[in-house]
Amino acid sequence: MKSIETKAIVIGGGATGCGTLRDLTLRGIEAALVEQNDISSGTTGRNHGLLHSGARYAVKDLESARECIAENKILKKIARHCIEDTGGLFVTLPDDDPEYHNRLIEHCKYAGIECEELKLEEAFRIEPHLNPYILSALRVPDGTIDPFRLCSANILDSMERGGKVFTHTRVDAIIAEGGTAKGVRCIDEVSSEPFEIRGEIIINASGVWGQRVLSTAGINLTMLPSKGSMVIIDYRINNVVVNRCRVPSDGDIIVPGDTVSIIGTTSRTIDYSDIEKLTVDDDEIDVLISDGEKLIPNVAKARVLRAYCGVRPLVAVSGNVDGREISRGIVLIDHESRDGIKGLITIAGGKLMTYRLMAQWTTDLAVKKLGLSKKCSTFHTPLPGSEQKVKKPQIRQFTGMPNSIIGSTLYRHGNRVSSILSRQNRNFSLVCECEMVTVGEVEYALKKLNVKNIIDLRRRTRIGMGPCQGELCSYRAAGLFNELGAASPIEASQLLIDFLEERWKGIKPILWGDALREMEFTYWIYQGLFGLGDIAERSEDE
Amino acid sequence: MIKLENISFDYCIKCTVCTIYCPVARATHLFPGPKQSGPDTERLRIKNPELVDESLKYCSNCKRCEIACPSNVKIADLIQDAKWRYLKKKFRFRDYFMSHTDLVGSIATKVSALINFFMSLSIVRFFMEMFLRIPMRRVFPKYNSRTFQSWFRGIKKSQSSFSKKAVYFHGCYVNYNNSSLGKDMVRVLNAMGIGIEVPDEKCCGVPLIANGYLKKARKNAAFNISSLQTILSDDTTIISTSSSCSFALKYEYAHLLGMDNTKIFNRVEYITKYLYNRFQEGMAPKMKPVNLRAAYHAPCHLERMGGVIYTIDLLKKIPGLDLVILHSECCGIAGTYGFKKEYYDISQKIGQELFRSIERAEAEIVITDCETCKMQIEMNTPYEVIHPVSLLAKALDQ
Repeated sequence: MKSIETKAIVIGGGATGCGTLRDLTLRGIEAALVEQNDISSGTTGRNHGLLHSGARYAVKDLESARECIAENKILKKIARHCIEDTGGLFVTLPDDDPEYHNRLIEHCKYAGIECEELKLEEAFRIEPHLNPYILSALRVPDGTIDPFRLCSANILDSMERGGKVFTHTRVDAIIAEGGTAKGVRCIDEVSSEPFEIRGEIIINASGVWGQRVLSTAGINLTMLPSKGSMVIIDYRINNVVVNRCRVPSDGDIIVPGDTVSIIGTTSRTIDYSDIEKLTVDDDEIDVLISDGEKLIPNVAKARVLRAYCGVRPLVAVSGNVDGREISRGIVLIDHESRDGIKGLITIAGGKLMTYRLMAQWTTDLAVKKLGLSKKCSTFHTPLPGSEQKVKKPQIRQFTGMPNSIIGSTLYRHGNRVSSILSRQNRNFSLVCECEMVTVGEVEYALKKLNVKNIIDLRRRTRIGMGPCQGELCSYRAAGLFNELGAASPIEASQLLIDFLEERWKGIKPILWGDALREMEFTYWIYQGLFGLGDIAERSEDE
Repeated sequence: MIKLENISFDYCIKCTVCTIYCPVARATHLFPGPKQSGPDTERLRIKNPELVDESLKYCSNCKRCEIACPSNVKIADLIQDAKWRYLKKKFRFRDYFMSHTDLVGSIATKVSALINFFMSLSIVRFFMEMFLRIPMRRVFPKYNSRTFQSWFRGIKKSQSSFSKKAVYFHGCYVNYNNSSLGKDMVRVLNAMGIGIEVPDEKCCGVPLIANGYLKKARKNAAFNISSLQTILSDDTTIISTSSSCSFALKYEYAHLLGMDNTKIFNRVEYITKYLYNRFQEGMAPKMKPVNLRAAYHAPCHLERMGGVIYTIDLLKKIPGLDLVILHSECCGIAGTYGFKKEYYDISQKIGQELFRSIERAEAEIVITDCETCKMQIEMNTPYEVIHPVSLLAKALDQ
């Protein structure tokens, strides 16, 4: 069996894992990351992408609120291209308790969150399509964050500093010999080849999947999975994050993320055995849309693009209660003191917002265990792409290319845009026409960003995330995989099928209106024109 | 910045049939087509207005994309709106002069002989191309020495004898360049026992919209709406011999300019629909055979309104007319579009298919409803182009 030697091993390619890998490599520690699927494919990529100001936690969980606002300020500096500083509103609707408004102002003050009371005219100027019957409005420094880009930038930085990344690689077991964790046994899910990675310290950052991973080392840690569902609206129906000014509950936030708006979120406790087969329930969609409408009435007129859900990684600290009642605080476990296994750390809980802080704590502990003394620098070292602010007009290199293409690529990759689009190569022809993904961007992603299939490519580029949901771009992407040497024609067809199936999963729950017409057309193209179903059957036979 | 007045972009299912039908996209790679310029990038412009593409300016607003769209997306409206809302606007004397047809026309008719003479000099046209970027090869319409309005004032009394009336929105072209069409129109209606009333009117706004003078267009629209809704009784039809004028009065005012035209909406009719209906009521005038083979070209804006069928059926009622209906193609001129140097070649290229089909039709004359289509076809083919109403006037047995 192949064996790889390194110093530190990170299990899990979510935000925390990616952040930890980066922190380790930034401190000059040799490290490798193992992820069973793709980076940011689990809980990290399945939230509403809110850059918390902390105001949503201020009333109930002051500590989390303080962590949020601190990280909020750091991320605005180090991860510019993953963030949009839109600002956010808290609006009180006629059926909400007006008292919460004052409590929120007070608690924001305790937490150190700037919270400004707005005149209603001012609120409508900022967000013209708000419910006209709102009673009051507050402004907080909320924003949006793209978790895919954030993780990808962390990974890119780590790799440029020598970090190793194994995606689509499942950890079969933690190798524990004589009370010490020595490494992990993995299986490459693409080639089904087993191999092992050996290191001095193992960091379990696999979130809700940690329960299974740890059990292979004989450690018992109970996770309480709680499902959160969201729906995506076809276009940006709001400029800024709109929160409902009440105790956080279902369907009370609309986040403008990139070209779409996302209505969040529900909260339902689920059984641990269900975490691999999550589905969005119809009543969740009803609640999200009808409550979303209360915030912004235009929700009723807009096309719903898809629905998706994620699992909150809550660690059981007390009894089994509703997902929101458990502290979302950071849980850092040194298994040497807890279970007597040396060289193993678990980092869990927390949230996307605090991924960097979690990574910092974890790496601090790892560094201590390794007997080193290297200081964290992630709070001031910008991620690749965010080194400096780039304004489009400054980019001479792109004269003659459409603004929509330059702007969209710049938005997704920050400074790195200059190594993506090239006038000489004329690589700016479109693959995805909804989200302006070019041949150059696909090529860059395939070469630099650990892309193994079209679903991974989607997370790096937004391919197939627009209104057509892959109708016109998936076959072009599959063709490019073949052209660029990343897949044989037969493999590329299979990638195409997998991608369409993945898109279908999120569309199925909202199949009405224009989304239904769109799907009929997509079906006509892929089945009627390309006969893709026949290819699927044939490859099953083989 | 978000504006959600025209959210029809949300209905787009990316079938791309609009781009297949777009004459501009077919003629030049500089225009990525209606789908990308309209619904696709509208989502991006809502996210960030800076993502607006310069290529929007190549849209000629022919509206063929909207005819093709199976999802009822107001594609051309989206593009026009985005063009003037997001792109930086440069002042060009040429655009001002071409769009303010009222102003230019009223001056030009006073000195028509001089203007027509100067415009025929190649040295003048050479400098026009150099300084104004108006292509030398483009043939300009001649100006009349007397406006249609002043002619009509002379015969106004004769119209009072008719009990049945129609309001005639003549438009700039009839007023300044082709008053004979207006006169033909009066003759035809009079022959059917219908009197004409001419309202106070300003340019309908089509060239103003095309050149980004939206404020002025709104001003004109407000003037026309109030002038038209007060003239005569509520049930008098307002007719127009220009397909683009009637399209503006009926649709562009509400869709693009955001004006309330509900009071006149049901009253405005393009002339051939009005005549067709009167013919059906048995009011057809006496006609003699014209003995002519003619090719009919349907203008894009009339197609958009669904008016072509009336023109064709009306023409079929003219005795002795051997009618060839040409395959539907854009002629390429698209109003002031083809008068601009930067679009001239595109405009000519778009028209080639139509010009060839006209050659093949072996007709003696070409018929079309639109004034700029007429200019384009007359410039590019050896044939005379006339309006259906002028042909009807020829057929009148008087």
